[in-house]
Amino acid sequence: MELNIDIKKEQERAQEQIKEQGFRVLVCGGTGCVANGSMKVMEKFRELGANVDTLTSHDKMTVIPTGCHGFCEQGVLVILPEYHTTYVKVKVDDVEEIFNSHILGGEPVERLLYTDPATKQHVKKNDDINFYAKQTRTALENCGKINAESLDEAIAVHGYEALANILKENNPDAVIQEILDSGLKGRGGAGFPTGLKWKFTAANRGGKSYVVCNGDEGDPGAFMDRSVMEGDPHKLLEGMAIAAFAIGADEGYIYVRAEYPLAIKRLRKAIADAEERHYLGKNIFGTEFSFELHIKEGAGAFVCGEESALIASIEGERGMPRPKPPFPANKGLFGRPTLINNVETLANVPVIMRKGAKWFASMGTETAKGTKTFALTGEVNNTGLIEVPMGTTLREIIFDIGGGIRGGKKFKAVQIGGPSGGCLTEEHLDLPMDYDSLAKAGAMVGSGGLVVMAEDTCMVEVARFFMNFTKNESCGKCVPCREGTKNMLKILEKIVHGKGELKDLEVLEDLANTVKDGSLCGLGKTAPNPVLSTLKYFKDEYLAHIVDKKCPAGVCTALKTIKIDEDKCKGCTKCARTCPVGAIEGTVKQPHHIDQSKCIKCEACLSNCPFKAIVKE
Amino acid sequence: MTGSQTKVDFSKIDEIITECGGKKSNLIAILQKVQEVYRYLPEDAMIYIGTKMEGLSPATVFGVATFYAQFSLDPKGKYEIRCCDGTACHVRGSMPVLNAIRARLDLKDGKFTTDDGLFSLETVSCLGACGLAPVVMVNDKVYPQMTSDAIKVVIDTILQEENK
Repeated sequence: MELNIDIKKEQERAQEQIKEQGFRVLVCGGTGCVANGSMKVMEKFRELGANVDTLTSHDKMTVIPTGCHGFCEQGVLVILPEYHTTYVKVKVDDVEEIFNSHILGGEPVERLLYTDPATKQHVKKNDDINFYAKQTRTALENCGKINAESLDEAIAVHGYEALANILKENNPDAVIQEILDSGLKGRGGAGFPTGLKWKFTAANRGGKSYVVCNGDEGDPGAFMDRSVMEGDPHKLLEGMAIAAFAIGADEGYIYVRAEYPLAIKRLRKAIADAEERHYLGKNIFGTEFSFELHIKEGAGAFVCGEESALIASIEGERGMPRPKPPFPANKGLFGRPTLINNVETLANVPVIMRKGAKWFASMGTETAKGTKTFALTGEVNNTGLIEVPMGTTLREIIFDIGGGIRGGKKFKAVQIGGPSGGCLTEEHLDLPMDYDSLAKAGAMVGSGGLVVMAEDTCMVEVARFFMNFTKNESCGKCVPCREGTKNMLKILEKIVHGKGELKDLEVLEDLANTVKDGSLCGLGKTAPNPVLSTLKYFKDEYLAHIVDKKCPAGVCTALKTIKIDEDKCKGCTKCARTCPVGAIEGTVKQPHHIDQSKCIKCEACLSNCPFKAIVKE
Repeated sequence: MTGSQTKVDFSKIDEIITECGGKKSNLIAILQKVQEVYRYLPEDAMIYIGTKMEGLSPATVFGVATFYAQFSLDPKGKYEIRCCDGTACHVRGSMPVLNAIRARLDLKDGKFTTDDGLFSLETVSCLGACGLAPVVMVNDKVYPQMTSDAIKVVIDTILQEENK
């Protein structure tokens, strides 16, 4: 087709604009850093920059609010791209020093550089920070590098280039073939080949059809989709437009959780900007291809992440799953053929179309191609968002990128894939992270949430936690899921309260299998996974709770006792003064005692004892 | 349903319905806008929407309103506190934070709005700021790396601003 916008020229113009910005200061404006005060940091930089006539190398300085850099733990993050320097944990009061010393004087501020937890050395160059050095970014390639609210900055880094080329060539089937060849699989959880989904939907070309983006990122512990929507919204929009062109749709929806107000705001702005310049909306690039995009805000229901429930929710109904078949590809939104892909999946599309299926397929393993984002959280030193080639091992992720377990604690397990996934233990540390190997180990890639747990996490309590979550989120349509999760939770509560019996374990497994077999959607089918996988790898912990009435991790309140070691206690009375219920007795300079009948096991005394004389069992 | 119900201005509801194109598929958006106005969904408003809009019934509106966690049938506080108890926050100690909020605001089991209507409290399953766990959100502001002491300071600061 004939295009009335020359994207290459637009790109050059946008790159020229960036050059005119002079010295760029990138400040993270993702949810995490905003919470840590990045808006004030930006203001201060702007204030200082405005008062200076000339900098050493440029005649002006521009402060850019970017999307999430991923290294949330170390926020507020400030990057000076020209010097390849990343500053961490920047406070408003530090801004003046960075400005005077580094930006004006060329001398880096050592104390604000990232300190490597292993070598205790300050790291001067961005690329030498382990957290970033071991990553390969595709979906997140621009997150943190561009102004998330500027269409021009997106264009400068190849935004809408793939779409322009595709429209010029005007061959939807070739697009689908490219995605098929790339081996891209759905990044939302199920891992279904994306190209096949496109092909099935495209088979119904001719009438009205829709493209829906699933941004209902409900898995607790996962925030990659939020980061893409906040940090590089145009990449998602371009991915959706390409999908729409390939399957012959002219209308689309992005379904975003209401818990992500910033993502919603940035997406709305991005859509309006793109429509104004004819990169979206009516007659894109002046061609006959039109694609109208709407945003639907979710209202807080985990089950809406399931595609048929999501469709029901967009239609304004209770978000309950519908039986499949018919699959959305044949009969989806408003009864029309519908393509549903997750945010990360769609964000990969423009990059694949630009760099080619071969390039994408060269990364990863035999069965899982490309890169995958993981949200690394829990008891790990460097929490944040990462993207690595498929097949990277857990050990590389947790110990190299994540910098190991915090506080020198011992690694115990990692929960992968949220409430639908399972846990992996030390024996799995060298397992390549891909769909097949994880399924074999009883877990799943899922959306990519990795919650690291250390020796002081109780796995039975973790199973109870997830069961409580799925019980609350079960929509109630299928009886085995609705009643099964409730009863599994009851049993788990009984065990953590020290009232468990051995036969409970059998009932638990039996119920788990019933819920799995008797549920319509993914929520029910996977709800028992955390229980089954903890039972598989940590049965001894269940037995300790049931038989010995002990919680080995010292977490379950009903099963722990707080004691004072008389040999270590110096009788300083600090604990007695700290105790909120007056359970600690004793005279000055004499060992103290805890009255177990009064103790509420809050551990307030434990953290306050200067002699480490208080222990929990 | 408990407590006294606010008097509903039906012309305002009409405005919201028109703004959303009067379409049944926009019911969730309509309810969200109504809740923005009243900080909850008054019964009269739901009955009105269910009667007025084509293809809906008060029962359907009620069904949708009770399905989604975001909707409240009781008045919410001026400051909506959302305490995250997602996996990452849970592992890093969100329960002591939650208990501290309950204690500070005197919210015992089953009660989630303070008597003066200033605060309401709910637990949510993930706010997507897992790198900063545990987090608490008050209205649209995210407070990172909370402890039981830090959250008390947050609440006290709000109380001071409100001169209470």
